[in-house]
Amino acid sequence: MSDAHDWPLYEIFIRARGGLDHKHVGSVHAADVAMAIEHARDVYTRRLEGVSIWVVRSTDIVASDPADSDALFEPARDKIYRHPTFYEIPKEVETL
Amino acid sequence: MYTQGLTEPGVRPATESTPDDAERLRRFEARIEAEEKIEPKDWMPDAYRQTLIRQISQHAHSEIVGMLPEGNWITRAPTLLRKAILIAKVQDEGGHGAYLYSAAETLGVSRAELIDQLLAGRAKYSSIFNYPTLSWADVGAIGWLVDGAAIMNQIPLCRCSYGPYSRAMIRICKEESFHQRQGYDIMLKLARGTAAQRRMAQDALDRWWWPSLMMFGPPDTASQHTALSVRWKIKRFTNDELRQKFVDFTVPQAQFLGLSIPDPALRWDEAAKRHEFGAIDWREFNDVLKGHGPCNRERLAERRAAHDAGRWVREAAVAHAAKRAARAVA
Repeated sequence: MSDAHDWPLYEIFIRARGGLDHKHVGSVHAADVAMAIEHARDVYTRRLEGVSIWVVRSTDIVASDPADSDALFEPARDKIYRHPTFYEIPKEVETL
Repeated sequence: MYTQGLTEPGVRPATESTPDDAERLRRFEARIEAEEKIEPKDWMPDAYRQTLIRQISQHAHSEIVGMLPEGNWITRAPTLLRKAILIAKVQDEGGHGAYLYSAAETLGVSRAELIDQLLAGRAKYSSIFNYPTLSWADVGAIGWLVDGAAIMNQIPLCRCSYGPYSRAMIRICKEESFHQRQGYDIMLKLARGTAAQRRMAQDALDRWWWPSLMMFGPPDTASQHTALSVRWKIKRFTNDELRQKFVDFTVPQAQFLGLSIPDPALRWDEAAKRHEFGAIDWREFNDVLKGHGPCNRERLAERRAAHDAGRWVREAAVAHAAKRAARAVA
């Protein structure tokens, strides 16, 4: 901002309606958490898109590395027995 | 939208390529081919990153500068309702700028850096915002034509291969429809009004028609970025394809208003099922881009003045946050 530094970045999570999870929607710059919530209100909920806001400093988010995707998620791929459709149950057996 | 396929100075040089990169590029292009989205932490070719930074930041700047011509009419809107609507619209444009800077930042560039480029006059924004808003009908014409052209460009961008840009565009498109309809509503009221109001509407259409067609950027034969952008699914259609679609959609809307489009060469081509239209004055377009449009200097001067006038607020907010943080520790 031709100033020495910009305000820190916050990631914004919005709960659209009671009963739903908070969902990531984007980010805002703000001087502190209170301002981050105000900015998130103005930027992401101008049309009743939310009933609750979470803000988290972007630098506090720890994410998995796409390069590790195989190591992390591959082991789940061949465990099809974790899904109920793996098991064939005779038609005569009900409510199972 | 709002990016007219221009090279921006100051983009980082491409990194040296290695055999590893060739394999990564192959996988990257395979993912794009399979319509997978690319996310911020995924490997991407430097040219893809730089193209996106350029396009998204030009788009963000255009939203911010675009607040000025319309903001000009907030105090003079004819009714309290029109004033409230215009404030909401201008606030949306600021919001769109914020979503887009946020998407650009996921590519490793800071918003401060991008805003610096804009204020220093090194970044581009859409040529359309360098035209003046002389009458209330201009607010109608901007909503109808300028936002209409923006929607035409932005809907395909919702399917852009870069995830954060695509998500920002989906959000923006939901809001643009209000902008276009409120503009057409203003034109409709004027077109059904007094003879003087109809003249005002026609005058606005006369002045905004050609600059709106220029918003789609240079013709395909002269656009330097189209081919790669289409290959990487940043763009889905070329400038000329979108321009044609815009003309075909807009001509009947003007007819409904009883207004005439200021193009003697405009005619329906029954065989091709599309409108033929006259030649665009690309010299005017290039002049405006180079900074010689009617309002280029005024727009940048206003942005700089607003930025400078707000500096003490930004600094005070940081000082206040630091003081409260220190008290919380104590």
